Amino acid sequence: MATVTGDNHRLRLAVRYAVLTLIAIIFIFPLVFMVMSSLKPDQQLLADTGSLRAFLPVGDLSFDNYRDAFKRAPVGLFVFNSMLVTGVTVVLSLLICSLAAFSFVFLNWTGKGIVLSIILATLIVPFETIAIPLLLIASKLPWIGFDGLTFGWLNSYRVQIVPFIADGLTIYLFVQYLKDLPGELIEASRVEGATWLQIYRRVVMPLSGPVLATAAILKFLVMYNQYLWPLIVVQQESYRPVMVGLQYFFQLNIAWGEVMAYLSLITIPVLTFYLVLQRAFIASIASTGVKG
Amino acid sequence: MTKGTKLTQSNRAGWAFALPGFGLMVVFIILPFVFAIALSFTNQRLISPNPTKFVGLANYQQLLGLGTITLESERDENGAIVYDEDGEAQFPRLRGYTRNNPDYPRIDGMREWFSWGNEESRTYVLARDVVFMKAIVNTVLFVLVVAPVQAGLALCLALLINQRLRGINVYRAIYFMPVVVSIVVVSLLWRFIYDGNDGLLNNLLSGLTFGAFEGRDWLGSPSTALGSIMVMSIWQAVGFHMVIWLSGLQTISPTLYEAADIEGAGKLQTFRYVTWPGLRNTAVLILIVITMQAFALFAQIDVMTNGGPLDSTQTIVFQAVERGYGKQDISGGSAISVILFVIVLTISLIQRYLTREKN
Repeated sequence: MATVTGDNHRLRLAVRYAVLTLIAIIFIFPLVFMVMSSLKPDQQLLADTGSLRAFLPVGDLSFDNYRDAFKRAPVGLFVFNSMLVTGVTVVLSLLICSLAAFSFVFLNWTGKGIVLSIILATLIVPFETIAIPLLLIASKLPWIGFDGLTFGWLNSYRVQIVPFIADGLTIYLFVQYLKDLPGELIEASRVEGATWLQIYRRVVMPLSGPVLATAAILKFLVMYNQYLWPLIVVQQESYRPVMVGLQYFFQLNIAWGEVMAYLSLITIPVLTFYLVLQRAFIASIASTGVKG
Repeated sequence: MTKGTKLTQSNRAGWAFALPGFGLMVVFIILPFVFAIALSFTNQRLISPNPTKFVGLANYQQLLGLGTITLESERDENGAIVYDEDGEAQFPRLRGYTRNNPDYPRIDGMREWFSWGNEESRTYVLARDVVFMKAIVNTVLFVLVVAPVQAGLALCLALLINQRLRGINVYRAIYFMPVVVSIVVVSLLWRFIYDGNDGLLNNLLSGLTFGAFEGRDWLGSPSTALGSIMVMSIWQAVGFHMVIWLSGLQTISPTLYEAADIEGAGKLQTFRYVTWPGLRNTAVLILIVITMQAFALFAQIDVMTNGGPLDSTQTIVFQAVERGYGKQDISGGSAISVILFVIVLTISLIQRYLTREKN
């Protein structure tokens, strides 16, 4: 009897793993195909699509496609632009949004309730519905730089950064987290004569590691993957981010090898980052679902 | 907030801390939102030598104008229906009614959207902007399919991942992987999968059916293009909602499951009476989030089909960008944005109402 149930158990376990693995293949095959194809010459790449060879590192492998991709477009510049825009936005966003959330949670001031409700109400405004009027506003905004006062933000880094620093979701995540910090800590520091800025810097921020990681990861994903906005506000090559740079590879007869090389190049760093910090990534997404 | 009484009143510090964030949101979210509404009643263009004028509802009428007309088929002297070479009943030409016909001012300038009828009479539904009508229908169709299917599949995956098995985290990591890949990258990659000549999908299907399946151009045919984009979009985003379902599943107390076990409940019963009630809030949130994301459908279209073939993949946001940016018609693009917002708001209000009722 025991062996029968044991076999039965083992069989059911095998079925479970088989199902899980089959689904895993569905999720991973395009990415495997992308990386493998990026290493093959076009002719072989197309011939391989008829068989499992498409997913295997076989045949005439080289980094030629990567070299050609760099020849076709200023890939390095696009990567630099994306890194710069993403990095600066993430840092400023963490700072500005955590400051605002600190104020909402620990300070009492006239108008707080209304301001917070307005901020939370923006959560139901999809960015796509404000993109067009924002384009008009961005084309007229003033800026004081090395060349004095100028108008119009189109074709710049700032037009890709500043509008995304403060957003409802990030502030909401910070508010939810800070609310659960022990209020006594803040009161004690207050009694000891610390200023609010000191409390923010020395008491609250050091305790906010998890929410900082969550907010940073979510902002990173949004910013690195930006497409619609840079597409309409950046026409000059020198400010283009990676996703818009893809357009250099659209043409009538697409050189698929080069496309795959470019796609791999802009995706593998993010995937590596994700695989290393997998738990934090998944926890970030999960925390957007916790209702407060 | 919750600790109201213990807080010190501090207007200066409070505003100083909140103002940078709130100020940025006013300029870059609230102001454009107000602008969208205001501009939609004007003829504003991105760059124009002429001053902006108030035009009332003209933009909305241009986008949403609809009309119908019923025409009788042509008859000869004897009163018999006239047929053309293909054996179809002949009707008077629509253009005769929609182009400068003083008897039909309401439908002047409209084009045929669709029609129905028999040999004796046909009813034509006319639209001032047929492409935008198709964009609305496609977007709504996309949402109606993607929201329930994606939410359902995500729940299945979450239940599958929520078991205690060795190595389950590896599977969770893989299922989630497409979420971190840009939708732009995914779209280009799937263009290759769907390709009519060397596409992976055609080769796979022909292999599975031993050559019986004849390849097709998935994105090049009006009957399969939107469906293909739906499948890909679900593939890319389902991991995101799986994780949200998972966090919902983990809030359900294990003692409830133990109780169900003691009562002798089967798997389905346990799901019906323990799991599902515990997931209600999560379900609402997921539906709202997917609906909002699905209505914003743009990048896939821009990379894969540009709205074609035959406008079968036109969407609301694609139209807003084509007008507001492509044609620099800020007011028309703003009107589309407002229409989109009204639709999204209505749906989230309905979803909220439905949940409030049951609580």
